[in-house]
Amino acid sequence: MNNSPELKENIVIKFAGDSGDGMQLTGSQFTETAAKYGNDLATFPDFPAEIRAPQGTLYGVSGFQLHFGSRQIHTPGDEFDVLVAMNAAALKTNISFLKPGGTLILNTDGFDDKNIRLAKYNPEKNPMDDENLLSDFIVHKIAITQFTRNALGKSGLSIKEIDRSKNMFALGFVYWLFNRKTDFTEEFLKKKFHSNQVIADSNIKVLKAGYNFGITVEATTPNIDVRPAKLEKGIYRNIRGNEAIALGIVSLAHKTKLDTFFAGYPITPASEILHDLARLRQYVYTFQAEDEIAAITSAIGASFGGGLGITASSGPGIALKTESIGLAVTLEIPLLIINVQRAGPSTGMPTKTEQSDLLQAFYGRNGETPLPVMAAKSPSDCFDIIYEAGKIAIEHMTPVLVLSDGYLGNGSSPWKIPDPEKLPNIEIPVADNRHLKEGDFLPYKRDEKLSRPWAVPGKAGFEHRIGGLSKEHETGNVSYDPENNEKMAKIREEKVEKIAEYLPEQRIEAGYASGKLLVIGWGSTYGALLSAVKELIHENYEAIGFTHLRYLRPLPRNLGDLLNKFEFILIPELNNGQLIKIIREKFDVQTIGMNKIKGMPFTKTEIKSKIIDVLKEVVSET
Amino acid sequence: MKPKMKIKTPAGIKSKGQIKTKTIIPGKEYASDQEIRWCPGCGDYSILKQVQAILAEERIPREEIVFISGIGCSSRFPYYMNTYGMHSIHGRATAIASGLRAIRRELNIWIITGDGDGLSIGGNHLIHLFRRNFNVNILLFNNEIYGLTKGQYSPTSPIGTINKTATWGTIDSPFNPLALALGANATFVARGLDVDPKMLRSVLKKANDHKGASFVEIYQNCNVFNDGAFSIYTDKDYKKDHTITLEQNKPLIFGHNEDKGILLDGLKPRIVDLSNGLSQNDLWIHDETDEMKAAILSRFSDNPKMPRPLGVLYASQRATYEDLLHQQKEKALEQASKQDLFSLFKGKNSWEVS
Repeated sequence: MNNSPELKENIVIKFAGDSGDGMQLTGSQFTETAAKYGNDLATFPDFPAEIRAPQGTLYGVSGFQLHFGSRQIHTPGDEFDVLVAMNAAALKTNISFLKPGGTLILNTDGFDDKNIRLAKYNPEKNPMDDENLLSDFIVHKIAITQFTRNALGKSGLSIKEIDRSKNMFALGFVYWLFNRKTDFTEEFLKKKFHSNQVIADSNIKVLKAGYNFGITVEATTPNIDVRPAKLEKGIYRNIRGNEAIALGIVSLAHKTKLDTFFAGYPITPASEILHDLARLRQYVYTFQAEDEIAAITSAIGASFGGGLGITASSGPGIALKTESIGLAVTLEIPLLIINVQRAGPSTGMPTKTEQSDLLQAFYGRNGETPLPVMAAKSPSDCFDIIYEAGKIAIEHMTPVLVLSDGYLGNGSSPWKIPDPEKLPNIEIPVADNRHLKEGDFLPYKRDEKLSRPWAVPGKAGFEHRIGGLSKEHETGNVSYDPENNEKMAKIREEKVEKIAEYLPEQRIEAGYASGKLLVIGWGSTYGALLSAVKELIHENYEAIGFTHLRYLRPLPRNLGDLLNKFEFILIPELNNGQLIKIIREKFDVQTIGMNKIKGMPFTKTEIKSKIIDVLKEVVSET
Repeated sequence: MKPKMKIKTPAGIKSKGQIKTKTIIPGKEYASDQEIRWCPGCGDYSILKQVQAILAEERIPREEIVFISGIGCSSRFPYYMNTYGMHSIHGRATAIASGLRAIRRELNIWIITGDGDGLSIGGNHLIHLFRRNFNVNILLFNNEIYGLTKGQYSPTSPIGTINKTATWGTIDSPFNPLALALGANATFVARGLDVDPKMLRSVLKKANDHKGASFVEIYQNCNVFNDGAFSIYTDKDYKKDHTITLEQNKPLIFGHNEDKGILLDGLKPRIVDLSNGLSQNDLWIHDETDEMKAAILSRFSDNPKMPRPLGVLYASQRATYEDLLHQQKEKALEQASKQDLFSLFKGKNSWEVS
């Protein structure tokens, strides 16, 4: 029987299995194929911190969630249309997110007694045979491991090697389900295993076996088609947030022609930025420092030398860098500090996402130490924000702190590739004769931005000494003068605040520009907040608006006006309430917090129901 | 306020683009207009003077020199030099200089640190700088005490030192800075004294000429908190019996009447009396390229009977980090010459929406 494909606007797939089952690879292969086909998409890889967590356990489950569609996609999705569960633990941890009527693909070989026991299911009852559990779904029970072994029986590979390619069977089957070709992944496998033809061929064979299994055995089920999305004209690729940061850094090097020096110390989930840049030596000098402090201080040394110093880390590493950030603030030199946030405190949950380092970015240093803080809203936005942060750092002679997080860093979205030659110009504030007084260089003589000139070793007549001690206005000489110290502190504060004059005004992203409730967010929650408010507007809710902060310090100059047009401000954050403290400190507005500290992003549904509740309870009472 | 000393740019080293001819520059032109705030009688004054003198001797243009320091008395040094400089934060001068050196190979970079700054709070960066072999000069002012914070024991204070934080005497075994540097694969290891200007200048000059990480431990007297810590090596009555000055290809001879020598008995150094027939040819001949012998020399300080070696213990050549880094860049540029940035952005899997 040959059914015509069922057309869908958007689909959420979750691939889940043991952390050694190759689910990240499977998910990213499907993602690349969907991207290549022209779908808009968002991904959410979710994996344990252990490289190979004990097999079959609940905490060892690794998952890759993908939302793709023919319409705009802002989040990885709240619930799945399709769940691939390679074992009982993967089923246990994910089944509650599978939509009624959704498709469930089970590897029956992952449901033996041990698997069932480790997944904490009733050992008397195999969940695969539990009608109560599975009756709402279209279930495909496939002996994936066994089929893979059959396919590769004559390959000469060991059982262990054979089993490693079972993820390709699942991927082949899902390709069939969504009417996608396997050729992209075939090419990928040929390249990945170019040094081992047998492994490459075996994986391709299993991939095709999974696909053909769909055609021959499951042919009675109609497969599903998701058409390409209508995106703005241009050339696109799929990009992860950390990759976008690396390319943003490369663009800064390309555009400014400055020696760009990136120093890092390995830390989840920021290490990938260093991995990506290490390959691109033609653009960037990378330096794997001995610790987080050396990473930032070597970057400071490079900036002092007229290069662009950059460092990236996650919360614990940023904590170690704080003294050095203070030095950069008082030296007033360009420096980029990137924090790919993760769940804290302390080591916390390294592979899970959180937004709990905002106050650290704002206040986490000794002394009066203001610096600009910006936050990326999507994986592809990580590119734009790095470029913009670099521009601010150089033109305003200041360290800039950029906040991303694990969800953005590992997640991906389509990126409209910019023309590198058309990126905004960056002016380098080179010291010149205007900064000399009777032949002496004044390193702290300021311009209209309150920014100081950059004089680089090698330039005769501009020799000067700077440091961490309190500095005299203009000359930069050591000074313990009380009036001068206060003056310099105020100037540094004003200098950072003044950057707002050079930044765009805050605008409403969705909904109304005035009314009862304004939802304000920052960072990676953008997609969930935007989708939630858009849907509520679509459902005829009135007087709600949504705005999202890119610039956290300084805040946009019109933010107060924008907030004052609403009776209540709802501030959802993946922390215990941090932006809310900043908003309350600066503005006299009625704020309501919404907080989640579970290492997981907000779902659209959570946001929608919170807004509805707030509208019902709080707003209507007034 | 002290009137400003007018410093003229020496002829021939003017603006960018002109050919630099090396002009003799008087040493004092390397001094900044800042009032020096070390205690009167501090050993730092002499070190400052010798550094200024050798920079003048070597005729290095001021604008090409950078002094980077951390925190502590010695770390005020950059303020007193009319060059580029950074007085940074505690322990980090080595890491800051590493980043600077990585991108600026033509500069003349000096790190000024102390026993606390370099070996305690900044110990980690120091050893990593050694193994990477950045081409910088590191002067460690060792006074075996924390001076700026007013007299706590340091990682080089001898066991049993009694002071503010060691009322009962220190129980920390001290670092041997030269052995530490050798252990971390430093390519130039030397020792000097604040009160021996001639020898110090010679060591500083060699350190500056050496391409790679040059480490000079300088015994520096803190006359306020640890006066006389090195008097046995500096007082003229004791000096000759308690120090030995190393010279390349010369035998190890010391003593008041140059009557004592050192020979190697297997791996054991032994002091011998030269008055009873031993010839100079039987003695240990100093070879600064021999790392095993350098290691033995660095350990003389563990044995109170042995004289303290001064001068260059070890000097060898190894590629510098920054040269290797730049070689990689050239290679990458060569390989990537055909790829423009847009195609790098596109990666392997792009698609067009039209």
